[in-house]
Amino acid sequence: MATETTALDHAENKGGDWGGGTSPMKASYGKLMMWYFLLSDAFTFAGFLITYGTLRVSVPTWPVPDFVFQSVPFLSGHYPLIFVTIMTFVLIVSSVTMVRAVQEGHRENQKGVVYWMALTIIGGACFLGCQAFEWNTLINKEHMGLTVNPFGTHTESGTYLEGDGHGIKAGDTFAAGDPYLVHMDHKTHEFNFLSYKNEAGEKGQQTLGPKAFGALFFFITGFHGFHVFSGVIFLLIIMMNVITGLYIKRKNGYEMVEKIGLYWHFVDLVWVFVFLVFYLL
Amino acid sequence: MGTGVTYEESISKVWKGFWLLGAVTIVEVIIALLGNGHLIHGFELSRLIMYPAMIGLSAFKAYFIVKEFMHMGYEVRDLAMSVLLPLLLLVWAIIAFLWEGTYWGSARQKVNDKNELKVPPTSSLNDAADPELYTGLL
Repeated sequence: MATETTALDHAENKGGDWGGGTSPMKASYGKLMMWYFLLSDAFTFAGFLITYGTLRVSVPTWPVPDFVFQSVPFLSGHYPLIFVTIMTFVLIVSSVTMVRAVQEGHRENQKGVVYWMALTIIGGACFLGCQAFEWNTLINKEHMGLTVNPFGTHTESGTYLEGDGHGIKAGDTFAAGDPYLVHMDHKTHEFNFLSYKNEAGEKGQQTLGPKAFGALFFFITGFHGFHVFSGVIFLLIIMMNVITGLYIKRKNGYEMVEKIGLYWHFVDLVWVFVFLVFYLL
Repeated sequence: MGTGVTYEESISKVWKGFWLLGAVTIVEVIIALLGNGHLIHGFELSRLIMYPAMIGLSAFKAYFIVKEFMHMGYEVRDLAMSVLLPLLLLVWAIIAFLWEGTYWGSARQKVNDKNELKVPPTSSLNDAADPELYTGLL
């Protein structure tokens, strides 16, 4: 950066900032284009998340996030939102190590860049592992699919007439707005919808939740996870280039590390909103 | 880094940023758990407090990541504006699509209600001309 601005100061400036011959944004072409790529990517993610909001407000009930996301590896029981909070922390830490890599790059400290980039890659891989666990739980344990959503919400209060062998017993009561998970019978591979009696004494049966939830969840977290995955690949490639000394010759303060850093922070930034929309609201 | 701070200062700033983002995330999760009655039995925080608080805190996290981690606060103003101003389009997108989704919901509800209506066989044509029926066509 420093070398660039001095070069600009000495450049002939005939038509003002935008008359040519100068760099009005005081940033290289690559960095500028990374910013505009991220802008376009932000619109893609915004489109996905706004779709989620639109479909969510268009149906009377929606799966309750702290009921859907409550599994933690190696622990049985219910820990609402704990695991996604850990995932968020993993991503924040990897963002911080990335800032450190960029800082060491500005000081032309090759070893420092490799060290902090390696930590960033480990963080990204940990996040992907966490996501794999979450997807596996939803797909194989809870049988959620692109068009099947076993997470429902009661629209009236009542009493169960039968149990499901997963914590619900006959005679248990529930209130309107309470979430439930429809379990699959492992022999017949069919959903076991529990019947209940509402307060007026009428018989009712559980139903599946809003269909769109599964597709939205897998598309949005999958698209984000794919960004993390490609980020890890690019970080690996650039780390290899740092190790072989490619950027030493360029003498531009490891600008390539700065550019992949922008991308990596953007992935963290998107997660802030995925976390908000999917898990908090 | 061209901003007049020493190397040590910039490092401590990064770690301060880490603790700040972590603290905000924990506050968000606590608000979410409070709001759904997981922390204090029988107490649920009002959605009117819960939703704006979580949206505000997330917006702050986004602002911090862009300004400090992505270094946008130290770029030329033209660069920052050329990236940030187009995002204002999203304000309208959010309002318009949530409005549209709410309409889909109420329209579906209306159709379901109409389907359950039993028209008495004696009713004449004039009685059946319900002005409500035509609002969906407008």
